[in-house]
Amino acid sequence: MNSFALLFLVLGLGLIGWLTGRARAGRLIRAAPKRSHSRPGQHAAYVAMWTALPALLFLTVWSAISPALVRDAVLETPAAASLPSFGFQRDSILGEARMLADNPEAGAFNEEARAIAPVYGAAERRYSWIGSAATILLAFAGFAFAYSRVTPTFRARTRVERTVMLVLLIASLIAILTTLSIFVSLLIESARFFAVVPITDFLFGTHWSPQVISSTDPGESLGAVPLFWGTFFIGAVIAMIVAIPFGLMSAIYLTQYAAPRVRRWMKPILEVLAGVPTVVYGYFAALTVAPAIRDFAVMLGFQYASSESALAAGLVMGVMIIPFVSSMADDSIAAVPTAMRDGSFAMGATRSETIRRVLIPASLPGVVAGMLLAVSRAIGETMIVVMAASGAATITLNPFESATTVTKQIVDLLTGEAEFDSPKTLAAFALGLTLFVITFLLNIVALRVVKKYREAYE
Amino acid sequence: MTDIQAPAVRTNQTDPAVAAPAQIKMTARDVNVFYGANHAIKDVSIDVDMENVTAFIGPSGCGKSTFLRTLNRMNDTISIAKVTGDITLDGEDIYSSDMDVVQLRARVGMVFQKPNPFPKSIYENVAYGPRIHGLAPARRDMDQIVESALRRAGLWEEVKDRLSDSGTALSGGQQQRLCIARAIAVDPEVILMDEPCSALDPIATAKIEELIHALRGKYAIVIVTHNMQQAARVSQKTAFFHLGHLVEYGETSEIFTNPRQERTKDYITGRYG
Ligand SMILES: Nc1ncnc2c1ncn2[C@@H]1O[C@H](COP(=O)(O)OP(=O)(O)OP(=O)(O)O)[C@@H](O)[C@H]1O
Ligand SMILES: [Mg+2]
Repeated sequence: MNSFALLFLVLGLGLIGWLTGRARAGRLIRAAPKRSHSRPGQHAAYVAMWTALPALLFLTVWSAISPALVRDAVLETPAAASLPSFGFQRDSILGEARMLADNPEAGAFNEEARAIAPVYGAAERRYSWIGSAATILLAFAGFAFAYSRVTPTFRARTRVERTVMLVLLIASLIAILTTLSIFVSLLIESARFFAVVPITDFLFGTHWSPQVISSTDPGESLGAVPLFWGTFFIGAVIAMIVAIPFGLMSAIYLTQYAAPRVRRWMKPILEVLAGVPTVVYGYFAALTVAPAIRDFAVMLGFQYASSESALAAGLVMGVMIIPFVSSMADDSIAAVPTAMRDGSFAMGATRSETIRRVLIPASLPGVVAGMLLAVSRAIGETMIVVMAASGAATITLNPFESATTVTKQIVDLLTGEAEFDSPKTLAAFALGLTLFVITFLLNIVALRVVKKYREAYE
Repeated sequence: MTDIQAPAVRTNQTDPAVAAPAQIKMTARDVNVFYGANHAIKDVSIDVDMENVTAFIGPSGCGKSTFLRTLNRMNDTISIAKVTGDITLDGEDIYSSDMDVVQLRARVGMVFQKPNPFPKSIYENVAYGPRIHGLAPARRDMDQIVESALRRAGLWEEVKDRLSDSGTALSGGQQQRLCIARAIAVDPEVILMDEPCSALDPIATAKIEELIHALRGKYAIVIVTHNMQQAARVSQKTAFFHLGHLVEYGETSEIFTNPRQERTKDYITGRYG
């Protein structure tokens, strides 16, 4: 039975649980001498929850783990004994076998796959049957348990309330758990990397050339400082030089000067800009901005100006971030009470004096937080640098020279053909971890600043 | 109130219940205010005296704040507001193109219903206006302006040891007196107060009322209030507004004991409003 049918079956059982629970509760309550604690509908919800929720929970978990169980089962059969004993190749054969088991008409590369497909199919069916049976059994068990507890004195209302809370809690935990598990997996892969390459080599080494990794001293060509520098230079310096003034000025214009009509159409446009896919900015950077900058650099006398300059990537990234900075600044300027603004006007201050002396100081923490968030977005940005920056890892202050970033290198490391446990690919995880930690810290600081500042006005 | 400077003390000795002979400071003639299609002030004409405190009373929404704000052109900050008619300050038309709003607001200061100190130090709050208008070239002058404004607002003794604390850290009543000090610091000629005590407790209110007495004569003062007793206590002239009209204007004692208009009487005796 497939998961969908099972899902509907469980929900159907839940409905039956609801109806029978209600009927029983109604009967018992009518017969009871005293006033009962909960109404029939609440008993019904209680029974329905016990019927459906544990079964659904099990179904979810089972869907997640059963593929691995099937795979292990297949590997233990004699038919799988002839498979290569490790890694990549075996996985691809198993993958094909699985495909063939689902759809015998499909073509296959490996003959072995065709051979073990029936075994695979059998294992899949067996586990699917086990899962279905267990789910239905759980639904019935839950039903029986809850049904038997329905009595006039039973506090179904409180229980239902608590369950609702639990369900909401789980829903909100999912995002957190996902982030956490990403972090853990990064941590594990990075640990494997740091087992081979000393962490000091990685964090402080200034030479980055993952194409040629010496087997005796892999750390020597995996020093990430040029990447950190490039990321910082492009994302936190060049991009911010563009984004901060323009973002701030547009926020000031929109909140303080623009007529309501202008604001009404300009703000949505800015927000739409924030939604433009970054790949669009990427080719704008690569095809339009980068050549123009190269020509400009040549004109200035830089003979060998690269068409993949840090400046091109940084400028376009800055433009991409403008709406972001502007909307954060807009919010925090708008949050300054009008009374404060009027107070300044009533003293005879002009608009720009009011902005400079009252609004900006009062909204500064929010604006700063917005900038930190913008930096964390910029340094995590990938597409623009993939398209417009080069792979050359140099430490330079010259914006016309090429530079590379952490994100760009992660892409390069993972798109080449390499085994999944070479230092080269593992380095990608270490870079990912570093990026994760940095943006995470930036976000925490920014949120704390925002929070402190909110309190000041309440 | 020992800190009050000579001019204030002089007028302080006059009987607060009796209006002084009028020396007209501001005049309004046939003033109308529109918020879009909403006709908020209708043909209001009034003279504001230099020596007296003028109270604006009337039911909520009748246009007291709106009219008050025409006197220092604060309605300019509301894009949909339109003002017609003539308003003069010492005979000068304040809506003429020669009148600089910045100058005008330095001469006609304003205190709001809710205390609104800037999120700056107490010192900087008071120094804000003088700094903008370039009144104190040297630090010493500024210190002096700040001290005298705080003294006149009756706040000096309470804050002199913590001038660098944030103005927002004061109590509500202290904040309101800080806002008055802020308005006084640019040495205005007129001070407009829009329900300055409505966010304060009775003790803080009494302090502000005392302050208004002390300031009478040094500045022309216009105060909007919902509190009849307050109007009777602090003002010598009272204007009663209703639905955008100025219904009656005269000596406070007259208005409260012997109103000429039926509507005024009804409002004062609490029959509506
Ligand atoms: N900023 C504004 N935009 C549009 N209409 C306004 C604005 N301010 C006031 N009004 C309108 O003008 C009229 C008079 O309002 P105003 O605030 O002057 O009354 P008020 O007498 O001060 O009332 P209250 O005693 O409640 O403060 C009301 O109808 C109000 O809706
Ligand atoms: Mg008002």
